[in-house]
Amino acid sequence: MILLQVIAGGLLLGAVYALFSAGLTLIWGMMNFINFAHGEFVMLGMYAALLTVTWVGGGPGVFGFAAALALFLLGVLIYFSLIKQVMRGPMLAQILSTFGLALLLRYAAFWIFSPNFVTLPTTVLSGTVDLGGILLTVPQLVAGSVAAGLGLGMHLLLTRTAVGSELLAVAEDRNAAMLMGIRPDRMQALAWGLSAASAGIAGALMAISFPFSPAVGETFALTAFVVVTLGGFGSVPGAMLAGLIVGLIQALSAYWFGPIYKDVVVYGLFVALLWLRPQGLLGKA
Amino acid sequence: MKRWPLFALAAALLAYPWLVAGTDSAAFLQDTGALVLLAAIGASAWNIVGGYAGQISVGHAMFFGAGAYLPLLVYQHWQLPPLVGVPLGVAASLVIAVFIGFPTFRLVGHYFSMATIAVAELLRIVVGNWDFLGAAIGLQGPATARGWYDVIFRSAVPYYYIFLAVLALLILATWRMQQSRLGYYLGAIRAGERAARSLGVPVRRYKLYALMLSAGFTSLAGSLYALKTGFVDPDSGLGILVSVQMIITAALGGAGTLFGPLLGAAILVPLQTATNTWLGGSGSGLTYIVYGGVIVLIARFEPGGLLELWHRLLAARRRRAEVRHAA
Repeated sequence: MILLQVIAGGLLLGAVYALFSAGLTLIWGMMNFINFAHGEFVMLGMYAALLTVTWVGGGPGVFGFAAALALFLLGVLIYFSLIKQVMRGPMLAQILSTFGLALLLRYAAFWIFSPNFVTLPTTVLSGTVDLGGILLTVPQLVAGSVAAGLGLGMHLLLTRTAVGSELLAVAEDRNAAMLMGIRPDRMQALAWGLSAASAGIAGALMAISFPFSPAVGETFALTAFVVVTLGGFGSVPGAMLAGLIVGLIQALSAYWFGPIYKDVVVYGLFVALLWLRPQGLLGKA
Repeated sequence: MKRWPLFALAAALLAYPWLVAGTDSAAFLQDTGALVLLAAIGASAWNIVGGYAGQISVGHAMFFGAGAYLPLLVYQHWQLPPLVGVPLGVAASLVIAVFIGFPTFRLVGHYFSMATIAVAELLRIVVGNWDFLGAAIGLQGPATARGWYDVIFRSAVPYYYIFLAVLALLILATWRMQQSRLGYYLGAIRAGERAARSLGVPVRRYKLYALMLSAGFTSLAGSLYALKTGFVDPDSGLGILVSVQMIITAALGGAGTLFGPLLGAAILVPLQTATNTWLGGSGSGLTYIVYGGVIVLIARFEPGGLLELWHRLLAARRRRAEVRHAA
């Protein structure tokens, strides 16, 4: 029974991993660009949720939306002020730009919020649900189901709407898309906004059940790398599936080997993937 | 290239501890000088793979950590002189380098960057929980020298000259590399991997050579750090900020240039010492905000670093002078 509970918890957290990793893979698919600051976006989503609860109040709907909006704007801003210019530069500039951004955001958060762990007030959302002997907390269930819903929504947005087609057209061939009357800059800015928003809302969802500090971003960035590699770079459905798998592996390794090894096992999986199947589960070589 | 600036630089570096010896804060200035050289060694080592080969490692702390841990480990458990651990650290770094480089160098460059940060974090967590390696507390070297072989000095000056010798060796090795087939191949790889491959450059093998050379020297930098401070813990040996320090030092001066890392170290180390002195312990957080900002600015505006900026300014001045001459 405990094992089933561990599995359910892992899958629910995995859905949140799937959501922010889908954001990372979207950027890769659009412009072959790795955002090393993606984990910091998740961390900022957590603090955006905390600030909203403290200043405005309201439930998960309010602070989830606030975190998504704040990070969407940040993503667009970063695209126009930084990414657009380094995108066609040398690889040194591409990697260092977001790596430096990650440091800047992380240590600015240390400076502003202090390095201490904080939590959202428990009054926001609490309680447990008994599903035939499997005990799950309400925050866990809400986070998992909302994340799964949003991830699915993102997939539908990309595959079923006109905006999605334009995004994918830019991803496929920037110049051809431009000849079709699509403005690639706008689409790429939109992708950065959506990607950051997915990280922000995932952060807000995790903030309900986990304590957090400015240092958590690095772990999330690495988790997203593992998920995206496992799912195949650029594949949103791959990231969704891989997110669930990584959440599950993490929960099981924490249960079997002890909590400190949950990240060790996941990063080890990443290295193993690079050796054995770098194109991921659903990716092409 | 004119020879005299090189001789002037060498003379200045050799004379520095002696020049500041008469001042009130001689010990402090000599220690800072040694730290500048150590930072320059780490950054020059990173520069071989990050600058010359254009493969951006964001986890070089793992090689630094291997070099820092092994000398103190052989002392802690078997009372051997820390020097014995230095070649062991280099060997361990070469193994890690092959382990990471072999699978990732057949993929596009971002995989290498991601793998380096993941393996560095993995090592940091494992070492931080492994009692044999000192866990979170870390390892300590001998408190007092049992003989010359413990390499313990009260003054920073002997360390300064040891570091200077290693840096000179590293710069010489990099210069020789630049002139060799390896250097030309790396330049081709950095300019465009696909083009290099189509010209018959064995891209994957030469990237691996560059990484191994870089890893070996980074490990040496870690060993020198451990010999001087006599202490290492997971954060000071394997933390991400160790990697950040190497990257920013090389990139600020000029990644892929011979003396860029030394220039970067000469600017950043005194700056960091100054902010820590003025702002106390709380200053270190501010330092890394500034570091992050500087890295972003370099990437955005001046990926070639200060040396390239300097050369461009010189060229522009010369052009203006020629125009004036012609008119």
